[in-house]
Order: sequence, then structure tokens, then C-alpha cells
Amino acid sequence: MSGGHSTYSPKTGIERWFDARMPLPRLIHDSFVSFPVPRNLNYAYTFGGILSLMLGAQILTGIVLAMHYAADTTLAFQSVEKIMRDVNSGWLLRYLHSNGASMFFIAVYIHIMRGLYYGSYKAPRELLWILGCIIYLLMMATGFMGYVLPWGQMSFWGATVITGFFTAIPLVGEWVQQLLLGGFAVDNPTLNRFFALHYLLPFMIAGVVILHIWALHVVGQTNPTGIEIKSKTDTVAFTPYATIKDAFGMVVFLAVFAYFVFYIPNYLGHPDNYIVADSLKTPAHIVPEWYYLPFYAILRAITFNIGPIDSKLGGVLAMFGAIAVLFFVPWLDTSKVRSAVYRPWYKLFFWLFVANAIFLGWLGSRPAEGTYVALAQASTLYYFAFFLVIMPVLGLIETPRRLPNSITEAVLEKNKSGSGHPAGAAASPETKG
Amino acid sequence: MRLRAVDSERGHGSTAGVGKAKGSYLVSANDTIDPTRRDFLYVATGMAGVVGAGAVAWPFIDQMRPDASTLAASSVEVDVSSLTPGMSLTVKWRGKPVAIRNRTEKEMKEAEAVSLSDLKDPLARNANLASDAPATDANRTVPGKEAWMVMVQVCTHLGCIPLGEQGEYGGWFCPCHGSAYDTAGRIRKGPAPENMAIPVFSFISDTSIRIG
Ligand code: FES
Repeated sequence: MSGGHSTYSPKTGIERWFDARMPLPRLIHDSFVSFPVPRNLNYAYTFGGILSLMLGAQILTGIVLAMHYAADTTLAFQSVEKIMRDVNSGWLLRYLHSNGASMFFIAVYIHIMRGLYYGSYKAPRELLWILGCIIYLLMMATGFMGYVLPWGQMSFWGATVITGFFTAIPLVGEWVQQLLLGGFAVDNPTLNRFFALHYLLPFMIAGVVILHIWALHVVGQTNPTGIEIKSKTDTVAFTPYATIKDAFGMVVFLAVFAYFVFYIPNYLGHPDNYIVADSLKTPAHIVPEWYYLPFYAILRAITFNIGPIDSKLGGVLAMFGAIAVLFFVPWLDTSKVRSAVYRPWYKLFFWLFVANAIFLGWLGSRPAEGTYVALAQASTLYYFAFFLVIMPVLGLIETPRRLPNSITEAVLEKNKSGSGHPAGAAASPETKG
Repeated sequence: MRLRAVDSERGHGSTAGVGKAKGSYLVSANDTIDPTRRDFLYVATGMAGVVGAGAVAWPFIDQMRPDASTLAASSVEVDVSSLTPGMSLTVKWRGKPVAIRNRTEKEMKEAEAVSLSDLKDPLARNANLASDAPATDANRTVPGKEAWMVMVQVCTHLGCIPLGEQGEYGGWFCPCHGSAYDTAGRIRKGPAPENMAIPVFSFISDTSIRIG
């Protein structure tokens, strides 16, 4: 792909037979073996592979869990406990699945940060970026519905609060909420449809992932310099170079995953979810899963009316806006230079943005009172200012550092000036003797 | 539009273009911009397709709405003979808790004394009254039974369940984000935008209430 000619030549008879009928081996060879990748990719670039692995792992554990789970309000909580206690290896599968969701989000946040740092969204990769945003949205919906299934207190009240967002929509809000719930409150119909959708959405994600990879292979990968591939010396073959690097990234990532599963399996969960759902009793403090916390903080930061928009609708709009703004990043960033490596000011504001997002997450886990509200408002302001003010303005006024002429030049320069970056050194395989 | 597209394609004169244009040309038998019988058929087929798709899509959306059994469970009768002033009970109606409270003299006085201009939400939110009825204490109850508060005990912010006889105004207090309601269930402080809803209800005898 990537405009280049196919270098695949079938060697055996069976390969030739396939190649003439349905050239799948050729597609695989061109996409994952001979596909040229920039020679200077660092470990931040391994998260795409890690995410594919996690999607596969979640689907696998999810399917076997579904064989033991009962989507019925009177049975759901018990069936999950049964998985934990009675089903052979059930505890492992469930912890893999619940912690796997968290790992999936850790990986996707790093992957998104990588994209923002190296300007991976810039032309001609806008569509690639937007497909990624769609995957992220689908992941959020999937994670939310999955959290409802164990039918604990946080499941129930999280679902109540989140479907409550829709009542903020003027006129049709109530109708939409009833459509989602299949009733007037979260109940059996809600649980059933959430289970069906939780099973479906990962396959939709897989579909969009295929489009995402397709788009990637048309335009090629970016790299830390942000300079396009210009000659053959700028690249190495996907296999073995990227394959091995990705595999090593996966192994390290899986080690972290395993630590969570075997040592602190409930660390990222909430103890209230081990109490069966009670529609007449609200837990004292409702928090969503950690990966939604920044958005939850933004939701609660809007405590004031904005013109005709009341605080409730304002909060919901701000929360969805915080995600929607990601879709427009390719056009909000006006800089001609892709990578933050050559943009000293953008680099600074980017790391501030990361710190701010983590801070927002922490605020989301606090009760919405006192100074927390004011802090959340300031943080929310920076979140939006980063995209809507800093990105467009900085691109016009910032003086970028001198760009190397090519990827190869950047790599050689780095190697000359002392030991350089360990990641950079590892990424220039042919200098390793 | 379509005819013009054919023309421009022909103008390019590339081999592939000619082949395609020729095909299209044969389809549009006359080079006029007047609608032809074929154009009519295209539009009619398109319209039928849209209507058909809509008709097929509707059942798939419709099935999501509350089903017959959910709607059938939308009315409950409650015996309230055991409630002396100052006592409340909670019943489940449409999956939500409904508070039934026999209020004390003091609570009623407090609620009556509030002037309408002090209320965050000036509307009664009483399904038994017109939607623009003001939120007086009397309008939050039914005539002759002013002591009785029958109210969907769901916070109008994001749906948590407020706790009874708590908070600054002696009514209900929502622990989720700190909304305080008075003894008539009206929002007085906090992020909730509306007074708690009064469902359709009536006293079917002195000691029993039908909700819904
Ligand atoms: S749900 Fe009651 S204050 Fe937010």
C-alpha cells in the first residue's frame, strides 16, 4: 500500500493459488511485512499495536463471560458473584475483563497524547484522526454500558446519572431518556439493552479500527520529526523492525496489566459496586469510572446559567463539547510544523494540557463543593482554551526551531551529538552492527 | 444537473470518460433540461425508497420505548391509614420512589410562609394542575388534603434520591451535589433546576391514594 508497488512474490503453489483468487496473503505481506515505516519511531508509537491487542483480549474475555452472565435485574449481581466464586477460572476472566477495560483506556490516552504531541492529525491524516475519535467515543459508550452489567450500586446510579444527562435536552429530552431506558427509570429493560449493545459495540469498534488502519496505510505513519518519508533510507520494513518493537511494548504493557489483575484487581473499581443495586437508595457519593473523571469534572464545573442555557444543560453541553472539540483539532491547529519537538511553546502548553487533564480527573473524583468547584472551572477553561485559543493562535505567532531536511538527517544528527535519546538509538537499527 | 454532468464528462474526451458518457448519454435520450419520464421515475423510486426505509426503521426505534407491561405498572394504590402527621412512606412507582408524607402543622406553616419570589423554580410542577400554575404551597398538594405531600422523590438535577427531613430548609436534601428542598419539595438551593415533580394522584378514600 502507501502508494508503493507490491513486493510480494508468491513462492509456493498454494500461495500462487490464493494470489490468483483472493490475494489475502499479498495484502498481509504488503501491510504488515514489507510496509515501510519511518526508521525513527519511538515507543510512543507502539500503542496502536497495544490497543489492537487489548481490543482482541476484551472481546475474548467478554465472550466467555457472557456465557456465564445473566442479564436480568434479579440475577445479574448473583451471576457475577457466581463467576467470581463458582465458575472455573471465572475470577481470573472477570478481573482480566474489568482491568482490561482500564488498561485499554490507559493505552488510548497515551495514544491520543502521542497524536497531539507529534501533530499526527495534520493533513493528510485528518480522516485517520477522526476515525480514531470515533473509536474513542465508541469505547466510552462500551465501557459505560459494561459497568452497568454487574448491577451494583454504582452501576445503577451511574446509569441513572448518565442517562439523566439527556433530560437536559430541551423538548425531546425526556422522550430520549425513556427511549434509552425502556421505562421511566433504570430497570430490567435497560439492563437487557445495555447488555446487547455492550456485546455489539466492540465489533463496531473492530470495524472502525480496520478503517483506521486502512487510512493509516494510505498516508503512512508519522514519526517524531513530523517530516514525511522522502527516500528509502528514511524507512525500515515493518517486519521485523516495527513488529519486534511493538511486541516488546506489548510485553511490558502486559506485565503492568498482570500486576493489576493479580495484585490490585479492585484498585480501579469502586467498593459500592459490590452492593447490589437498590433503586430506593443513592450512594453518598457517585463517581464514574476513572477514565470518565475529567469529563465528569467538566460537567459539574458549569454551576451557572449561560444566557438562556441553564446550568444543567450547560454542563452537559460542556461535557460533550470537550469530546467534540477533538474532532476539529486538525483544523484548529494552524501551525505548519507537525511535531512538538520543533515547537518550544506548543510543547510547553501541551504538557500543561496533560497535567491539567490529570488534575481535572482528580477533581472529578472529589465532591463538587467549595474550592473544588472553582478549581474545576479554571481547569475546564484551560481545557477549552488549549484547543480553541492556544492551538490556532500559537500556530500563527510561534517561531519553530529549524527542521532537519529528512528523517535520516535527523537520526544521524542525533547519533553524532553524543549518545542521544535511547529511543532514538534503538530506532536506528542499521547502526547497531 | 445530471445531464450537465454528462456533458462535461464528454467534454474531457478521455477514453474511459467517453465510454461512460456514451452509456449515460443513451440513458438520457434527449439533451434537454426539461424533466423527462425517466427523471420522474428516478425521483419516484427514490422517494419510495426513503419512505420505505423510514417505515422499516420505525419499529426498530419504537421497540425501545417503554413496553406495555411497564406502562401497565404505571398506577399504584397505597394505603396511608397508618401515617400520622410527621410520618412518611415511600412507594415505588414507575421504578422511582414516591414519597408520601403527612406533614406536621409546623412544616405546612413554613412552606406557606415562603414568598414566591424566593423560589428558584416558580412553577408548581404538579401534574394535577396546569403546567404554568405557580409554586404556592397549596399548588403543591391537592385541595382539602394540604397536609399530604405526594411527590416523586427524585432530584431534578441528575436523578439521585434526596433524603427526607434534612438540609437547610427542613425538607429534602440531595447528597449527590448538594441540592436542598423545602418542606413542599421545592428547590431552594443547589444545582437542581426544578421543584420535585408531583405525579398524577388522587385520594380514592380517606385512607388510600392512587398514584398514576
Ligand atoms: S442529583 Fe441531586 S444534586 Fe445532583
